Amino acid sequence: MTFTNSVELLAFHNVAYTIYAFMIISIIAWFGYNLTQKEKVKSVVRIPFYTYIAFLVAGGVGHHIFTYNTIPWVSEDITRHEIKPDATYNFEITKHKWKLPQKKIIVQCGQKIMFNVKSNDLIYGFGLFRQDGTMVMQMQVNPGSRNDLLWTFMHNGVFDLTSTEYSGPRQYSEDGKIDLMKVKKLVEVVGCKENGGKK
Amino acid sequence: MSFVNTLINGTNFDHKSLNALQKVTLRAVVMSFLFFGLVAIEGMIMRMVVTGPANPLPKMFSHPEHYFSIMTVHPIVGIFGSTYQLVFAAFMFLVPFLTKKPLYSIKLANFVWLSITIGTALAWIAAFVWQYAPLYTLYWPLPADTEQFQLIGGVVFVLGVALIMLGTFGFIYNIYATIFARVGVHKDKTTKELLISGFGIDGMLNLWNKLIGKQPYSKEPALALPVVAIFRGTVDTFLDAIVILGAGLLVLVYLIFDASGSPLNVATIDALLYKNFFWWGLDLVADGLVLIYVAGSWYLLATLITGQKLFMENVARAALMLELLVSWMVWSHHLLGDQGQPEMMKLISGEMVTAFELLTQGLALFITLVTLWKARPLKMTMELKYLLGGLVGFGLAIPAAIIQADMGMNRVLHNTQWIIMAHVHIALIVGLYMTLYSALYVLWPIVTNNTKMWSSKLSNIHFWLYLIGGIGMGAFGGMAGLDGMLRRHLYLNGEFNTYMILAAICGTMILIAWVIFLLNIVMSVGIKGLIGIFLPAEDKTASYGIEPEEIAQNHKQN
Repeated sequence: MTFTNSVELLAFHNVAYTIYAFMIISIIAWFGYNLTQKEKVKSVVRIPFYTYIAFLVAGGVGHHIFTYNTIPWVSEDITRHEIKPDATYNFEITKHKWKLPQKKIIVQCGQKIMFNVKSNDLIYGFGLFRQDGTMVMQMQVNPGSRNDLLWTFMHNGVFDLTSTEYSGPRQYSEDGKIDLMKVKKLVEVVGCKENGGKK
Repeated sequence: MSFVNTLINGTNFDHKSLNALQKVTLRAVVMSFLFFGLVAIEGMIMRMVVTGPANPLPKMFSHPEHYFSIMTVHPIVGIFGSTYQLVFAAFMFLVPFLTKKPLYSIKLANFVWLSITIGTALAWIAAFVWQYAPLYTLYWPLPADTEQFQLIGGVVFVLGVALIMLGTFGFIYNIYATIFARVGVHKDKTTKELLISGFGIDGMLNLWNKLIGKQPYSKEPALALPVVAIFRGTVDTFLDAIVILGAGLLVLVYLIFDASGSPLNVATIDALLYKNFFWWGLDLVADGLVLIYVAGSWYLLATLITGQKLFMENVARAALMLELLVSWMVWSHHLLGDQGQPEMMKLISGEMVTAFELLTQGLALFITLVTLWKARPLKMTMELKYLLGGLVGFGLAIPAAIIQADMGMNRVLHNTQWIIMAHVHIALIVGLYMTLYSALYVLWPIVTNNTKMWSSKLSNIHFWLYLIGGIGMGAFGGMAGLDGMLRRHLYLNGEFNTYMILAAICGTMILIAWVIFLLNIVMSVGIKGLIGIFLPAEDKTASYGIEPEEIAQNHKQN
């Protein structure tokens, strides 16, 4: 099992968490109801204390092991300085304005792209978004430290760029309707199969 | 009795019968719920704005300066003005009540609620009048950015927050001075014994002795378990206050130099280092004192509701110690999206230690549930209902956070509505506040001398509206986050309006619930009683539940 982009990952996560949410609400509701009953209720399942503790530990640690093995950008991020990118793009931000490496970035499917972003004043964010508003990925952009993100694109798409961190009201037009840091259709990924992956 | 008559006189509330400790507690409770109303209105304004062009509010609320100034004070009013006030009031009542000792100082308790109230009001004024809007995160150097914000706004905001922190120090001093006072049941205890009990070391030693087949270290610990939780949580409250005050002073120094015409270079302060420092402190609230105080409150409520001993008390004591240590080492989960943050810190502090919160909070949930279960059948009272609501809240909110405290998930969820709605709002609105409502229903007869609540129907309506509204708002906001909606961003073109309309409907339920709750309280104590709470107490007693001669003896020993 491998998630090749955030849409797949978050769809899985949405289903898993929704099931969990209904489960915990139902358990407490069942528990509350039976607290008031005189007759001794029959346990559906008996969970010993140490099994419960083991379950919590396994849940906490297992979650990270699961994501490490199913989300490709985790190991790529940790070892990014040992990976030679196919292309590097340098960005700068000053007073809520981007200095872009080029007007449009075309990426071939499966290429490893390094995004280097420098802030000259405030803390910003660097985030790519699909045309339906869903997030592809993001990182924080701190002034005075390195902000580099290596990303492998496995699905075709056209992505907008904006700052994902609040940096004051001047990110917007006076009436608030326009995000002045939004760069529409900056990145385009081509050459992937319809369902993702290299052709 | 007519409605108007009850509105003026209440049910059977007599403020003159209250002693000084009861009155100072109720003063803070009143202010806390007024601030809760303010924070609910602020929240609803923000919810409405992001529903899109059809939102009926005046245009000024959509202007970025205005919108983000509301977003800046929303957590200040909610966390400090409302939650801190309520928690501090409850604990300054509970510690004397549980230890059977007088509160160290009523004057100091009055200073606490007054300084937090005035401080919160100042911070709110800074945002409302001068639209100072660096958000509660105060990410450097934004709070010192005088190109975007007026200097006077920054100064007033910092003074407000500083005043809140001074009030917090007052609370801390009052709590520890009361716990360490060697009077009453503690007159023969040494400071060392109280410290060992306060840190839960006696619980650990009891567990260890049991393992090696020895007699328990202490059969009767010096401090009751809820007092241990208050003791332990207050350590984090202190450290957090130091950090926030330190950040405030830094901002103030820069603003003063700016005003003098010789601005300091903001780049001198490393933004990432500052972020680490600030999140370390701020996380002592979110992942420290809140969780510890809540666990302690659950234990207290479970024992008061059932009238029985807590299940696995030694484990609970030891777990509170573990929670304290965990809370000092988890802040890096806020910096998983910061590429300059060392990977090892992300991995150990951000992921692994943070995952321990699942264990500590899961343990507290388990102990509370088993304590209740062993005492069944129980009557489904309001306090029990709210306690179960609180358990549901944290049962939902903690895993929501653990999911995001992961390097893979964080890359696509950081700064989205997921964390602020599915985690923070459910944890605070449902988990924390429902626990506090449960405590309020338990303490109500004690603090008000058996005042009859005006309407149990209204209490029930409040419960259901609040529970459904709280979970619903968090859930719909969280879903918007999964679809890419950012948390500190302005959306005016209806980008996520289906979720936002549903979240706004649920938010309205919370607001209506608050109005109903307030009506019930006002009708119970009456307007005369409400005013009377703020008049000086004739009975200067600073304790509750101790016989008069015992109090006199305690005072003599002081």
